[in-house]
Order: sequence, then C-alpha cells, then structure tokens
Amino acid sequence: MGKRIGMEIALAAAEAAALCRPDVIAAYPITPNTHIPEHLSDIVAEGRLDAEYICVESEHSAISACCGASGTGARTFTATSSQGLLFMQEVLPIVSSLRLPVVMVIGNRAVSGPINIWNDHSDIMYQRDTGWVSLFVANGQETVDMVIQAFKIGEHRDVMLPVNINIDGFQLTHVVEPIFMPDQEEVDRFLPTYKPFAQLHPDKPMTMGALGLPEIFNEAMRAKDEAILRSKKVVLDVWKEWEKQFGRKYEPIESYKTEGAETLLMTMGSMGETAEIAIDELRKDGFPVGLLKIKLWRPFPFEEFRKAVKGAKCLAVMDRAVSFGGPGGPVFAEIRSALYDEPKKPKMLNFIIGLGGRDVQVEDFIKMAKKTASTKKLKPEDAYEIYGARE
Amino acid sequence: MSTTNVNPKKLVENFELYAPKLIEKMEYFSPGHRACQGCGEALAIRLMCKALGKDTVISNATGCMEVISSLYPTTAWNLPWIHVAFPNSASVGSGVEAGLKALRRKGRIPDRYVKTVAIGGDGGTVDIGFQALSGAMERGHDMLYVCFDNEAYMNTGIQRSGATPFGSSTTTAPAGKASIGNKTWKKNVAEIMVEHGLPYVATACHSYPIDFMNKVKKARSIKGPSYIHCLSVCPTGWRSTSETCIKLGRLAVETGIFPLYEVEYGKYKITVDPPEKLRSVTDYIKPQGRFRHLTPDQIKGIQERVLMERNKFMNKVNHSKSWEELRAPQGK
Amino acid sequence: MSEKKWPETWQEVNPGCMVFRPGSASEYHTGSWRAKRPIWDNAKCIKCGVCYIFCPEGCITEDADGFFAANFDYCKGCGICAHECWPKAIVMVNEED
Repeated sequence: MGKRIGMEIALAAAEAAALCRPDVIAAYPITPNTHIPEHLSDIVAEGRLDAEYICVESEHSAISACCGASGTGARTFTATSSQGLLFMQEVLPIVSSLRLPVVMVIGNRAVSGPINIWNDHSDIMYQRDTGWVSLFVANGQETVDMVIQAFKIGEHRDVMLPVNINIDGFQLTHVVEPIFMPDQEEVDRFLPTYKPFAQLHPDKPMTMGALGLPEIFNEAMRAKDEAILRSKKVVLDVWKEWEKQFGRKYEPIESYKTEGAETLLMTMGSMGETAEIAIDELRKDGFPVGLLKIKLWRPFPFEEFRKAVKGAKCLAVMDRAVSFGGPGGPVFAEIRSALYDEPKKPKMLNFIIGLGGRDVQVEDFIKMAKKTASTKKLKPEDAYEIYGARE
Repeated sequence: MSTTNVNPKKLVENFELYAPKLIEKMEYFSPGHRACQGCGEALAIRLMCKALGKDTVISNATGCMEVISSLYPTTAWNLPWIHVAFPNSASVGSGVEAGLKALRRKGRIPDRYVKTVAIGGDGGTVDIGFQALSGAMERGHDMLYVCFDNEAYMNTGIQRSGATPFGSSTTTAPAGKASIGNKTWKKNVAEIMVEHGLPYVATACHSYPIDFMNKVKKARSIKGPSYIHCLSVCPTGWRSTSETCIKLGRLAVETGIFPLYEVEYGKYKITVDPPEKLRSVTDYIKPQGRFRHLTPDQIKGIQERVLMERNKFMNKVNHSKSWEELRAPQGK
Repeated sequence: MSEKKWPETWQEVNPGCMVFRPGSASEYHTGSWRAKRPIWDNAKCIKCGVCYIFCPEGCITEDADGFFAANFDYCKGCGICAHECWPKAIVMVNEED
C-alpha cells in the first residue's frame, strides 16, 4: 500500500518515473524542471533504480539518445522545458513517426524573447503538430498519476507513440503538495515490463528511420494520424483501469460545477485550481458559472468537449500562450474550430493570461467570468485579449 | 600494401595481396544500394561492415549513405540500423549503447556482446554533428564512431564542409575570379578526438582495405569510445573518373596529405608508410576537377602547407609516448 | 513476411516505415545504370581477389575454380575492378557491343 506524503511536485514526478522502472534516462537540466533529472540521478546513484543515466550535453542529444535507447527496446524517460523543448523540436516529430513510446515531462516555461524562466504554455503550444499524446496536470497528484499512466498509454500496441506530461513550471514543479504515492508493487501490477514492437538487435536485423519517397509519405502520415486518433480510446481505457486499481478518476475534460451554468470558463493546467475558487465565490453570489479543465490536449477530445459545453451561453477560454498574428490564443483557436458547425454554440471570449509567470488571482477569474457573461458575439481576431497588460 | 609499381613476378612474396580472399564473405551492405558508380564511401561502408560482423547495431546520420541504402520498403543493411536525423548519429548511438547495456544486464536480450557503431559523413561529424560526437566521446560510451569523409556535403550537392580541403571548389565556396574556392584548411577531427582522451583513434582509407578493416576490428575490441576517420573518395563531388577512386585514395596517402595512423592509448603509430620521398601534390590534384582552377603558384602554396603539416605530424609521432610510459615517475 | 505490392496502402505501411527485410535493396537491379561492363580474361587472372575487395557494390564473387565475375544485375560499370587488376585481366567493354 502506498502512502500520502508532502513532496515537491518535481521530486514526486521523478519518483513516479522511477517507479515505472525506466531502463534509460537521458536528460539535460533546464529551469524549472531541473529537479526532475537531478532527483532521478539521485535515485539511480543510491541504487534504488537500475537504469542507465546519460548526462547528455544538450536537449537535442537527450531526445536523440531516447530514440536510440527506445529503438533497442528500452523504456526511456526524459524531461525538459521551454528552450530545451524547442531545441529538441527537430527530433520530436521523428520520435512519433518512428513509433517510439518515449515519455517526457515538460515543466512548462515561457519561450524566450525576452528570456523568462517562469511559467506559461508557450513551449508546448509549439509542439501541437508533433504527433505526441499530450496530457495536462493541475496538481501534484495528477502529476504522479499521469507520469505512470503515460508509459502504459504510449507502450500500448494500438498506440506506440511518445507521450508528454505538462506540468506548470514553478507553479507546480517547485510547490510542495500532499501526494498519495503508490508503491512499487502496485505500479508493477499496473505497468508490466515493456514489450517493444520492434527492437534493434542482431538476432532480427531491421531498419528504423528509412527514407520515405512521395509514393509512400502520404500513407505513412495517414497511418500516424490513425495512431494518434486510436490513442484516445487507449487513454480512456487506461484511466478506467487506473480508477479501478487506485480509486482516482480522470476524464479528458473535467467539469466543475457546470450544472445549469450559463457561463463557462475553460482552463488547462494549474490555473484551473485557482479558477475553482473563483467559481465557488461566484456561485455563492448566485452567478450561474462553471469551469472546464482540459486534461487531454492531444488527441483533442472533441466528443467530450462538445458534450461539456452544451447549454452554455458564453464560454471564456483561458490561454497561456500567444499565437501571434493568428485568431487568438492557440487553445481558443482550436475550441472555436471544434464548435464551428454546432447549431447552438456559446459566445466565445479568449483571455491570454499568466504569460511569463504573471500571477493570475481569484479576483482576475471573477472579473473575466463577469466580462464573459455580458459579452456579445465577436470575430475571433477581436475576441482575444492579452489580459492585464498595463496601459 | 600498394598495388602500383610492384613487379608482378614478386606476387607470391606479397602475401597481403591475397588477403582479400581471407576476409569475411558475407555482404552486410548488400548490392542494390543507390550509390553513384565508383562510390568510395559505399565501398568503405561495405568493408567496415565485414570487419564488424553480425553483432553490431549501427546508428547513421542523414547523408549519402543513409539515403542510398534505406529507401522504404527496402534496405541495403543486413544489420540492425537506425537513422534519426542529421546532427545526432553520436547521440542516438549513445542511447543505443545505453539501451543494449541496460537490457543485457536485466536479461531482456540475450547475454552476448553487441557493438554499437555510429557513422556519419563529414557533414554529420565535423560540422552539424560535432557537438553530439564530442559529447558522446567525452561520456565514454562503449561505441565506435566512424566518419566517412568525402570532404563536402555531397548528398545535398557538394557544398563546403569543415573537412573540405583548401582550394577545393564546392557549390557554396566555388572557385571564381574573386575566389580560390574553399579558403580554409581541413579540420583535423582525428586529432581533436585524440585530445578527448580516447583509447583508440585512427585514420583510414578504403584504398587500403586490409589496414582499414584491421583498424575497425581493433576499435571493435576496445570496451570504450573509439574513433576512425576514413577518407572516402567521391568521384561525383571531386569531379574525377569513377575508376580512379582507389588510386586517388592512395595518392592522398603517398603525397602525405592524409597520413594513415592510429593512436592507441596515446601512442602514435603510422600504419601505412608513404614512400620515403613523398609524391608531389600535383599528382593528387591533377586528376580532380574540383582543383582544376588552381594556378601553379597556388599549388606550390598547397605543397608547402602539406609539407609543413606533415612535419608537424611527424614531430608528434616521433615524440609520442603512450599513457603507460607517461605514468612512469619522472627521472626513471 | 509476405510480399506486399508496391505502393502499399496506409494500412499496409509498416509502423514507423520500419523495414523488416534486411538486404532487400538487392531487389533493385542497379545493373541498368551501366554504360560499360567488365569482362574477365581467366587466362590472365591470378585469383588474387583484389577486384572482389574493391567493388563498391559487392557484386563480384568467386566461383568454384577461384576465378571472379561480376553479377550484372548490380554492376554499375564504374571500372574500379579493371583499373585495379594487377595483370590487367579485366577489360571494360561498352554495353551496346
């Protein structure tokens, strides 16, 4: 039986990864996720985990080493943020194309220019099209749970795709929370030894990373698209199994006090917890407002999303990244697109908040909810605002 | 062992001449690959694979050899092989080495030694792949890295690389009224690898196949990082005829431009002696169209520099001491 | 593995475009590229194997008597074997002849 302990979430993420018995870890430190590779190297050095820990010389080499290791059939893990994630970017679509189930924890941090080490979602928003399964956590317990689930999802024969788990940098990584940590026996039962589809070994020589001529590239992309779409069912099945074994329930879109809500707020990541407090206060004043928290970002859960927003008159989407020159924040653009053909869709507003670690407080959510309730229908390029920019 | 200018009557005395009949027969790099006619690099890969044998996993950078050998749905490789991207052959190789080590230790793969070999062209080693190479070698992975140096980014159309020789005309450093072509001397990666403290570093050329294969075998037996820099003649990029591929490799050695040596635990050893009187660089330059624009004065400048580099190198060889010898206390 | 027709459907493409048939490049006969072909004169051949070792295609093989010949399915006609042959036992002949 596991136990409930107070732990810094980054350390808990490292402990969760170690419980999954990775064979190879290749990671490069970058604030704010540094504590994850550091703690993992501690665990290996103490002899608690039998793994090869490669102190790579850059993030590009980190993800490349993970490709090589995963290709031999080893369970691999890495972690990074922001600039590191962007440095890896060349390899990220290759990992998913090679169908290697690497698991990566991303401590979400603002992308440079100006350099900023604090939290926002701009780093992961650059990775939307890479073909990785993407999960977003709102607190420490979800962090631990989803790191373990990620291995099971990625390694499933219907999926065989890399998975990233997004944890808000500093807001979550450096925060101490009470977490129920499963023990090794429970995790071993949930997550058996990795059985790869193909391995680099002379007993059965095979070629990974062949050249795809125009005759075949189209079909290869179609096959990859099918894989990411199939992964949704696997995510739901894994969550069902998790609930059965550990008692904690997960849904692609988690609804909070949405019964009879006319106005809905939508968040991703830890800001959802602050929004919950705002919802409680507004509800006390009789405001019919509710909250939707996205947990599964890729593949996007269209079905669950449309069901969750049914009946709402207004919807405010909270983004933590700017899509310069586009129709609002990245999440907003996808939400609008998802609802475009619905006969009855809510009026939508987009608040880009919390950029570069800017604090977003309960009062801000209350203000945004009230503004949304009284909004009129707007064109997407007029419907977004970078909230709180001093004038 | 040179096959030029030797009296055919002395054939039986030169046993090494018959060594081709003793090498591994299996073609681990199968015919049907799409390399150009007379490709020195394809020959070098073929020979390297014979020397490595079956228990090898290869990590390959993007480049000529990757593109011509792995067109889906076929592959020329009879060995396990992975290609990810251009700059990361050495880092993918690091991951392969770590993965094989961990899996063998945990009993998930058969308990026998499998060598990890990372290969790349001069582009993927000397320029874009340099960081990954340096990092992997510094970390001391049990991995052999072989650089197949055809002296330019041949796969993308003969652009200049850090390994392009001085005065060579490439498509991004072309010869013209205002330019001699490539203005810089060749980057000496083998020496940089020696400074990384590797137990085994060697230079080789496919024109000396037995020497190359012996070096690959020796590197394979090292349980640690090792590096081989193999000069590979590219008739297409060097604008030479396809049949002179082997001859040009020999000329590179006989003029002293590309010495063939190995550095084992710090001790330098020349493995193929060039003629006592080095051949003039003109013999090497004349058959290659990429040097066609050079004036006699420019060639004279190159000759001087080649001799200077040779003297620098010989000085190093003559004063070289192995790590073991250097460990002995001073004054003994 | 059964033969799949080419080009494959998206359901048939191997995951990750992995290739499970090592050495299958030999299905492509590069011999069609040739403009000249090597012809061995066994009377001059000293059976040293130099032509075999220097062929970039690896298409020269030794027969039961120890003589060598190129597999014309793959020979690209580069001429290295003829150029390197000690006793000049190999001659490059135009394909049209």
